[in-house]
Amino acid sequence: MKVTRRQFVKGGVTAFTVSFAAPAFLSDIARAQGASRRNLVVLYLSGGNDALSTLIPYGDSFYYSRRPAIAVPAANVLQIGTDSSGKMLGLHPRLTGLRQIFNQGKLALIQRTGYTNSSRSHFLGTDIWSTANLVNSTGTGWLGRYLDALPDPVDPLVAWSTVRELPHALKSREVSVAAIPSVAGYSFLSPNVGAEAGYSRATMATMASHVPVDRPHLAFVNATSKAALATIDRVASVGTYTGTVAYANNGLAQALKAVAGSIARGIGTKVFWVQLGGFDTHAAQNTNAANAGYANLMGSVGDGLLAFYNDMRNQGLLNDTLVLQFSEFGRRISENGSQGTDHGAAGVMMAMGGGVQGGLYGTAASLDPNNVDGTLENNGGDVKYETDFRSVYARVLDNWLGTNSVPILGGDYRKSSLTFI
Amino acid sequence: MRSSSQLGEQSELDHLLRRIGFGATPAERALYEEMSYPRVVRALVDFDPTDPANDVDARIGTPGFLGITARNGFMPNTVINDARQRWVFRMVHSPVPLQERMAMLWHHHFATAYSKVSQVGGTEGARLMAAKPTEDTAQVRGQIELFRQMGLGRFSDLLVEVAKDPAMIYWLDGNTNVKARPQENFGRELLELFTFGVGNFTEQDVYAAARVFTGWNIAQRGTRDTPTSYYAFNYNAVQHDVAAKTFSFPIYDNGSKTIPARDPATGIQDGLDLIAALAVHPETARRMAGRLWNWFVSDIEVPDPAFVSAIAAAYLSSGTDMRKVIRAVVRSSQFRDPRHRYQRHAWPVEYVVRALKEVGCLGFSANDTLTPMLNMGQQLFEPPDVNGWALGSAWFSTGGMLARMNFASALATNQRFDLRTTSRPYNQTPETLIDYAISRLSLPKVRAEVYNPLVDYVRAGGTWTGSETQLLNKAGGVFHLLLGSGEYQFV
Repeated sequence: MKVTRRQFVKGGVTAFTVSFAAPAFLSDIARAQGASRRNLVVLYLSGGNDALSTLIPYGDSFYYSRRPAIAVPAANVLQIGTDSSGKMLGLHPRLTGLRQIFNQGKLALIQRTGYTNSSRSHFLGTDIWSTANLVNSTGTGWLGRYLDALPDPVDPLVAWSTVRELPHALKSREVSVAAIPSVAGYSFLSPNVGAEAGYSRATMATMASHVPVDRPHLAFVNATSKAALATIDRVASVGTYTGTVAYANNGLAQALKAVAGSIARGIGTKVFWVQLGGFDTHAAQNTNAANAGYANLMGSVGDGLLAFYNDMRNQGLLNDTLVLQFSEFGRRISENGSQGTDHGAAGVMMAMGGGVQGGLYGTAASLDPNNVDGTLENNGGDVKYETDFRSVYARVLDNWLGTNSVPILGGDYRKSSLTFI
Repeated sequence: MRSSSQLGEQSELDHLLRRIGFGATPAERALYEEMSYPRVVRALVDFDPTDPANDVDARIGTPGFLGITARNGFMPNTVINDARQRWVFRMVHSPVPLQERMAMLWHHHFATAYSKVSQVGGTEGARLMAAKPTEDTAQVRGQIELFRQMGLGRFSDLLVEVAKDPAMIYWLDGNTNVKARPQENFGRELLELFTFGVGNFTEQDVYAAARVFTGWNIAQRGTRDTPTSYYAFNYNAVQHDVAAKTFSFPIYDNGSKTIPARDPATGIQDGLDLIAALAVHPETARRMAGRLWNWFVSDIEVPDPAFVSAIAAAYLSSGTDMRKVIRAVVRSSQFRDPRHRYQRHAWPVEYVVRALKEVGCLGFSANDTLTPMLNMGQQLFEPPDVNGWALGSAWFSTGGMLARMNFASALATNQRFDLRTTSRPYNQTPETLIDYAISRLSLPKVRAEVYNPLVDYVRAGGTWTGSETQLLNKAGGVFHLLLGSGEYQFV
């Protein structure tokens, strides 16, 4: 009898030992089930993060000459060593939390990530990073396709966006994604009380279970309602989570706290989306401010991630957790006349977690506007990509989420030197 | 109420009222039912935005209308929360709702967020977003008033006013656009989002556009820290880059792609030339037609090429006259095609305003729509970014859907005594009660999979007698369930 993949999954794979003799898909499944406790937290810095202010090439004199107003003085940079090309690099001074994690070997920084012919548009750029498709970026997201590939039945809480809008990266064909910006507001109210309120909730759920196949958009809305009503009680259990560390009272930290709560309570979510806006720093970027602009953004990122990291570690959950950070593009090398930076090309990605092999991946650009070593584009105006961002996604899909990246990304983007996970 | 034979067979009139307006109250519907369809269209489209009879602001805070919540006075020209309440009030009560619908469309198209504009100060930011000139100490015209005044005028004129709008200038950093260091933000979005869109311009065009708008800054006028003080557009001639700018597309009728070098004093003409060229670019016309398709016809089906061609032609032949364009939209076969009814996902603001109109709003406060709308994913004067809101099914996250259901609950709870009164003539059976609610809510035909659970709901807890107690519970309950149904999320 031919065993289909789906039957096989239903039967379970625990009785089998993965060996070279096993069909190719067996190892996939074993890995996937072994990875069942693993989760992925995607952190999107929206607006186009100025990578050169996050990971600072403080030994490059052109960094200072091209950014007279906004460069971070070398003395203030949090030095973390040199990359394989010998470039001295340091973190933004407000990323003290990330330096701690870096020093523990659990933070990887992947330099010059991007793609050929980088879009300078927020929206097209975000769509490209979300779909991992440079040609047609209107379809499902790369994480959505991962969710679509999961074996049935898929839990309606398998993915959780902590922002209200469904991120394009999580847009899937079949799986509805929970968007829960506030656990407290995730409830069902009724005009009546007692038994009448119970009838209301039950009736709403019955109505929402209708799947009008001739009206797919109505079916989608109904499925969303049904998923919402089915997940209220589990989500409520996260509302009482306090954590083992203090989280700051800002949006990102509170979102990370909710993520930590759902991981700690084991409510079944595998993919989380957290987001921080404000990176479209065209004017008054304030990289060196005590309490403003980009410096505050870095403070939120560094402090929030450190709290999350420690909270996970304290509960023995760090090895199940991977945080992956990206932004839709990096910014122009030279500052503009508004003490800010305009839209650029390649950026920096980060990966953090118990399974991460920390360190500096890739090489920094030479910021000489004459583009002496070919690391720049746009007439020396922008940093050119070195690592295709899809190679980073491929590593996460293959080595962390235990799936096959090729069908999900629509091609083989594996890069053997990317050993961060 | 319409006869039972019409139940679920919604009329073209309801479609028009949901799309040109935000739905209708039972009284408005009765009024329009007395008029011929072309007359309704004329009343809704060919209105005078300056006619005082069309201004409902004077009714704010008076009995018989949606309430507002005042904290230390109601100050919609200087406090953004009050400006949000005023806008919701106008959407519910305006006799010319297309004015507000166009303002909403332009607010999405030229998406400007208070959270950044308010960096000039909370009060000044609210003025720049929402002040009504006749009520402002220095006749400041907030951005939304610009959209209300000129939203049905020529798009080319609107673009010029937007480029000079202090809120827009602040939002896209035009204030720091000077000749030594051109600031690209506004120039890029003018090309990418406000006119012809991605695929029609190059990076070099962005840089040239940035130079075109050098010196288009803002200045503080009047006496600082007094009521005469305000921010205004300021063409700063000495900061204008006077050199020629060359684009990849024609700027002038003779095909020239170069804006000539000019004196600083006349350099403002650069921007007017670029805007004039962009406004009548054929791809701008097509992109605008696509936007209007999504806003007035369907956000589910891709734009019908015949519609796009016809509307783009109307746009260009009328000299970008939006009223003529909207008239062409409303008269198009695609707009009137019954297949396109309920083929748009209701934005949170559309959902809320329609519910207030169809269910009732006496004793409800506009303020109590604001947090629910935020939870549904939309805050007025606060689009997430310059691209506006994510539309279509993107509104429908689990959290957003719960927010809709919970707003429905709050409204049904608030209106339950009125609902009992108006439902009383239909208390004979669960079915008569449900049919009444379906008709009142201008819903499409409700299928058995949804209808039967409603009947079970009305019967649950005891034999239906239509008593006052039952009616109080179940009328509110049925309206809540229908407002929370998938069907009601489409307009």
